[in-house]
Amino acid sequence: MSMIPDLTGGEETESAAAVAVEAREPVPAARKVIQGRSPWQLAWERLRKDRAAVIAAATIAAIVIMALMAPLIAAWIGHGPNQQFIDIGENANGGPVPPSSIFWLGTDSSGRDLFVRIVYGARVSLSVGVLATMISIALGVAFGLAAGYLGGVVDAVIARLIDVMLAVPFLVIAISVAEIWRPSFLLVILIVGLLSFTYPARIVRGQVISLKEKEYVQAARALGARPLRIMFVDLLPNVTAPIIVYASLLIPASIVLEATLSFLAVGIPPPTADWGQMISDASGYYQYGYWWYLLFPSLALVITTLAFNILGDSVRDALDPRGGGVYV
Amino acid sequence: MIRFLTFRIGQAILVLWAATIVVFLLFFVGPGPNAVARTFAGRLATPARLAQIKHDLHLDQPIYLQYLHWVGNLLRGNLGYDYYKGQSVDSVVGSALPATASLVIGAAILWIGYGIISGTISAVWPRSFLDRGFTTAALVFYSIPTFVLGLSLIWVFAYKLSPVTQFFPFHGFVAITANPGQWFEYLILPWLTLAMVTAAGYTRLTRTSMLEVLGEDYIRTARSKGMPERRVIAVHGLRAGLTPVVTLAGLDIGTALGGVIITETLFGIPGLGWNIVQAINVQDLPVIMGIAIFAAAFVVVANLVVDILYAVIDPRVRL
Repeated sequence: MSMIPDLTGGEETESAAAVAVEAREPVPAARKVIQGRSPWQLAWERLRKDRAAVIAAATIAAIVIMALMAPLIAAWIGHGPNQQFIDIGENANGGPVPPSSIFWLGTDSSGRDLFVRIVYGARVSLSVGVLATMISIALGVAFGLAAGYLGGVVDAVIARLIDVMLAVPFLVIAISVAEIWRPSFLLVILIVGLLSFTYPARIVRGQVISLKEKEYVQAARALGARPLRIMFVDLLPNVTAPIIVYASLLIPASIVLEATLSFLAVGIPPPTADWGQMISDASGYYQYGYWWYLLFPSLALVITTLAFNILGDSVRDALDPRGGGVYV
Repeated sequence: MIRFLTFRIGQAILVLWAATIVVFLLFFVGPGPNAVARTFAGRLATPARLAQIKHDLHLDQPIYLQYLHWVGNLLRGNLGYDYYKGQSVDSVVGSALPATASLVIGAAILWIGYGIISGTISAVWPRSFLDRGFTTAALVFYSIPTFVLGLSLIWVFAYKLSPVTQFFPFHGFVAITANPGQWFEYLILPWLTLAMVTAAGYTRLTRTSMLEVLGEDYIRTARSKGMPERRVIAVHGLRAGLTPVVTLAGLDIGTALGGVIITETLFGIPGLGWNIVQAINVQDLPVIMGIAIFAAAFVVVANLVVDILYAVIDPRVRL
């Protein structure tokens, strides 16, 4: 141990090392090059070298920028998301018009600019995807920590609760709840978030059960730390890696679920531009030659979920290189 | 084993009982007795008919008695009465089940077969051209929402290729007893849709599990005593590697038999999923509740069967 210099590299150890260096002989130059790298830094470097991950991240960044700048893009093109162009945006039969220099991706059945609506639709998909994921992760972490650390009755109750959640056909419940209450942005986020907290809960529970026997947790307990402190201060930081991996895969799943609710007409109410809603509308038109109406919203949805899934897989491989990389 | 069985069956009953409470609270207590009577009766019911229904359903009694009546009926196999269509929910479920079962069983054969073959090939030749192809395909199909895939298949096969395929049916269902040929024709696209979106998970699971198993010591032993590679993989590898796949298949099939909402809606297959969406659209409470409980029972039973089979295969589970 004494041969190896401290590689943790915090500020305090650095200054302490500096004092030590002054006192001792000068350190050989070759030794200085060695730098401590945390597992997070290692993972980050692996991720940066992963070509698929970089492309996926760039795609997601582009979609996010597009969503953020939606009003600017609309103003620049000069077409509002809900503006109907009954004169130039519809053909003689009142159907959509194909892509042109005026409407880059054509129009929809109400004569609205499809490109502008797809840009606005990204806002809904991304915000529901991220917010719903935050809800499920927060619930999953809370339930998983409690079940794993407290064990016993708490664990049994939470395990049965999760069983019930998985048994009752919740897409049915979601549709009926959305039908009974008026569908809204908030309700959709809540439904999507509540529907998928069971998997993160299971993952966190499993991790916590093996972690809680470790020495550092016993030490914390011996020092008189209360269960809440042990759960959130000692255990939580050690389950962040699987939580991050799961969250990155949960975002595309939430986006798909949101689009599915919209497709079944119980999602975010019109006229808000929404990809699932657009695909649902297009399903009555595309057969008659209006292919762009179905193709472009579908592409937007698939490219987004694909990018998130590729990035999620890469994040998992980067954090756990033992997995061997499913998608090399 | 008997202790494990009793414990596990007790758990299943507990979960099912909790599911009845969730469904009861959501659809019975939530809207209140008058609203429930009205939705049961339909919009054109007279006040006398409403009072009659309220009495029939025991809606004029305390909530716990209403619940007991409902559960008592469930226990006797009576899912309720559909006042909207004028038939029992049992017969609604009975006529919808063959359609759902046709869809699910056919698709399950496709997705399990494809998943196991592609996953095994990927694991035996990792990083090969085929492995990359299968894993990429899995990633893509995993990312495509069911309704997008279904609509795309309809577009390509039923419309774009119609000069080649002539008329390709994509909407509706023909019972196998009525016309086996048409039954098959009408189910091709729904089978493909459901199988493709589900198969992705099976490819990935088989690949991971087989890679793990093929790295085990006993596989090395089998190889070193000169066993042909084909036999090593088929006999020793697959037997251990497929256990998690079989588990997943049991759970997925159990869930799907309770109704495949999107695929059935998309292709107009009058199964449980299609019926429940129809019922939701007209707020037909007895049908929603009946199918929801029926589907929950499928999931619970599938879970139970898988767990028991697991305990038979792997005695450690029983501890």
